[in-house]
Amino acid sequence: MHIGNYLALIHGSEQQLADALDTIAAHHGDEPDILQTCQLLACWSRQHLELLKPIVDRYSEDKNDEPERLSSTLFDEPRNGSLALLRDLHDLWLLAHEVQLCWTVLIQAAQALRDRELLATCQQCSVDTKRQISWLMTRIKQAAPQALVVAA
Amino acid sequence: MHETRDSITDIWGDRAPNNGEWQERIDERTIEPPEHWVQSACVLCSNGCGMDIGVKDGKIVGVRGRGIDRVNRGRLGPKGLHGWIANHSPDRLTTPLIRRNGRLEAASWDEAMDLIVERSQTIQQQRTAGAIGFYTSGQLFLEEYYTLGVIGKAGLGTPHMDGNTRLCTATAAAALKATFGSDGQPGSYTDLDTTAAILHIGHNIASQQTVLWARILDRLAGKNPPKLVVIDPRQTYTAKEADVHLAPKVGTNIPVMNGLLNLIIQAGHINPEYIAAHTVGFETLTATVSQWTPERVEQVANVPVRDLQAAAEILGTARSLVSTVLQGVYQSMQATAAACQVNNLHLIRGLIGTPGNGIMQMNGQPTAQNTRESGADGDLPAFRNWDNPDHIADLARLWNVDPMVIPHWSPPTHSMQIWRYAEQGSIELLWISGTNPAVSLPELSRARKILQKEDLFVIVQDAFMTETAELADVVLPAAIWGEKTGCFTNVDRTVHISHQAIDPPGEARADLDIFLDYARRMDFRDRDGAPLIKWHNSEQAFEAWKECTRGRPCDYTGMSYAKLSQGSGIQWPCNEKYPDGASHLYTDSHFNTDYDYCETYGHDLDTGAATTPEEYRADDPKGKAFLKAADYLRPYEEPDAEYPLWLTTGRVVYHFHTRTKTGRSPELNRAAPDAFIQISEPDATQYGIAAGDSIAVTSRRGKIIVPARIGDIIPGVVFIPFHYGYWDNGNRTRAANELTLTEWDPISKQPHFKYAAVKINKVEA
Repeated sequence: MHIGNYLALIHGSEQQLADALDTIAAHHGDEPDILQTCQLLACWSRQHLELLKPIVDRYSEDKNDEPERLSSTLFDEPRNGSLALLRDLHDLWLLAHEVQLCWTVLIQAAQALRDRELLATCQQCSVDTKRQISWLMTRIKQAAPQALVVAA
Repeated sequence: MHETRDSITDIWGDRAPNNGEWQERIDERTIEPPEHWVQSACVLCSNGCGMDIGVKDGKIVGVRGRGIDRVNRGRLGPKGLHGWIANHSPDRLTTPLIRRNGRLEAASWDEAMDLIVERSQTIQQQRTAGAIGFYTSGQLFLEEYYTLGVIGKAGLGTPHMDGNTRLCTATAAAALKATFGSDGQPGSYTDLDTTAAILHIGHNIASQQTVLWARILDRLAGKNPPKLVVIDPRQTYTAKEADVHLAPKVGTNIPVMNGLLNLIIQAGHINPEYIAAHTVGFETLTATVSQWTPERVEQVANVPVRDLQAAAEILGTARSLVSTVLQGVYQSMQATAAACQVNNLHLIRGLIGTPGNGIMQMNGQPTAQNTRESGADGDLPAFRNWDNPDHIADLARLWNVDPMVIPHWSPPTHSMQIWRYAEQGSIELLWISGTNPAVSLPELSRARKILQKEDLFVIVQDAFMTETAELADVVLPAAIWGEKTGCFTNVDRTVHISHQAIDPPGEARADLDIFLDYARRMDFRDRDGAPLIKWHNSEQAFEAWKECTRGRPCDYTGMSYAKLSQGSGIQWPCNEKYPDGASHLYTDSHFNTDYDYCETYGHDLDTGAATTPEEYRADDPKGKAFLKAADYLRPYEEPDAEYPLWLTTGRVVYHFHTRTKTGRSPELNRAAPDAFIQISEPDATQYGIAAGDSIAVTSRRGKIIVPARIGDIIPGVVFIPFHYGYWDNGNRTRAANELTLTEWDPISKQPHFKYAAVKINKVEA
């Protein structure tokens, strides 16, 4: 059984997402919305980590540094300006999709395992992740034209 | 001088019991007998009182209320009776000014407009129209906004247009859209004449709309007075009349409203048939509010259990209900979410669309509704949906332009984002009309820095040398109310015409004429090569606007200048179906939420994430209203050891906005000459503060010094009015917005003026 493999993946990528949201929140604090919204979204990701704890304890997770490597590949050094904001939101979107894909895979496995607790947790968390992705997409669409076409 | 009443000492005037129909009373104040009267309406709050302007020798000599008008039945408030004197101030701007070698110097209109056109064209060529932004007002007329909207959206093609209405009433529009599918107030002021109960939340109506409050006072003095529930952290004039006054902690509107809805649902005071037939989302709403027991509300919001129960009893059992909402909700945490809960209250009880039942998501300014309707702010004209390609095609047909010209790839840019783009340098030209952001924006030190940026070309179109105009590159002298003709729409959808009574001073021009001149000089064309703007005066602009509204919720097609000049103001929709206007929307309980008709596909109330068209279509509510639920989120800045107090900001009865007009009336100015900080008695004792002491108030963003007033506010909270800037007193830092936060509601994008953490200490005067 390889549930442990994906529990490590989700655990690691949700942690990376929470940390990245905190970093971006602080880094783009001059925007009217980034600080507050990214803090809120980071808070959801940290709640997910709490919810995962009993499941990880039950199944035990394999060690996996892939999420960390993914995150360090995505996020460059701190970047400034409107293009930088767009690229940071872009990378958050990619990372959030990594999280979302992990939930999908785990939801499938949970059904095959008839594990109601795992299923409920993954479904509940996946709703939040989808809301995180929706906000990122809304904000990216708003920021893109100005950043690519107008900004110096 | 002739004065029917002293509105400074007696703000609301004598009582005339209102037993279902409000009696006429003509308020008048003139300094000389007028030679003739000219029909108009008041622009010094959002109420929209019908008034006549008295004229003698080409000058305004006074005003009187119009008894025939449905809004005020002849009454006028202190601002209306006194504010007109500003038209004849000796310090009106009378000639264009251009900044040369760091100083603003007089220039001709040709020089000023040539410079603006040259800059616009160069910037557009180098950076596209995305480098051009417009920041307008809630003070211009409908015809002016519509013209500006067409120039921006179809002429230049910039998405960066918004008004200062973003600061005051954006949440009204956002909440109405979220619940009902489009902007537009469901009820009427006349509902107040018969309703059994009234809820004011975050709305100090006694100070803000004094004439509307007089209507309520007259009900309270009549037979069968309505029960009054007021939710406000201050003991305001309004709160003092309440049967139940809830004074919640700052930022806790959601816990209080959820607590009220929970009690009402638990008690079974709901209309299940109405909910089933006309709403979606009741299960989620019930699940969300059920977490908010009265005990938990008391713990979080500091509202005693028995008071919440008393309020819920009134709101749950009254046979009819009018609710009004204003800045205490709109400028606070979870603004749109909290305003939606008031809509929910009416929907779960089925109290909407009938006489005596109204929701007033109030406006702050006299013409704010028009900024929202006409496309001069972050919305498309006539409540069209930027995310619906058919609505864009419709506008493109109307304006005879390629749909690609109209920016609709994302929502029109909201004001705080426009300012951010200017700060970052991607907006290089900012055209400000009829507003004073150097005093009214949050975090003023930042706003001033942006206005002073070398690489930002700032145009200010105003009647006075405001704090903002002083920082402009070009200043255009504008004609104001009384000096031009146009229409505007108040909170209850009543449209008034205001005729030109006198000539503007010097070379000042109507905002409409300035925009038309710009369009001509920029040579904006439609797709057949004809001029894009096909009108030359306000009446023609109004006719063009009517076409734009045909078939939309704000349908003006049944109105005309002639019809509006006959008596009372007229409510929209006014068309073949409602030739005299409609007093209520949604009389058939069919809301504007149909996929093809709605103004928005909605948002996540916590994050502002947009619902996609595909998602909306999959769950098309087809005319049912949304019961939007929201759980509590804590404010992002809360008092701590270093900044231990909550600051909240607001208005005083004698002034409007940054006092550009009211500050020039000697009577209004004497009545309220300076800013102040209102502190509770326990806090005053703790800090050793007496009334009149000079207090330094400091936040993480700035520091001001203001005299103290004691009492009528809950401990831990201080209040400072936002009206006072520097044009008439530059000796002392005193503007409340030096202290406020750059932060917004995720849906309405309205800034959070109602909370910030501050510290205070006594200083030597």
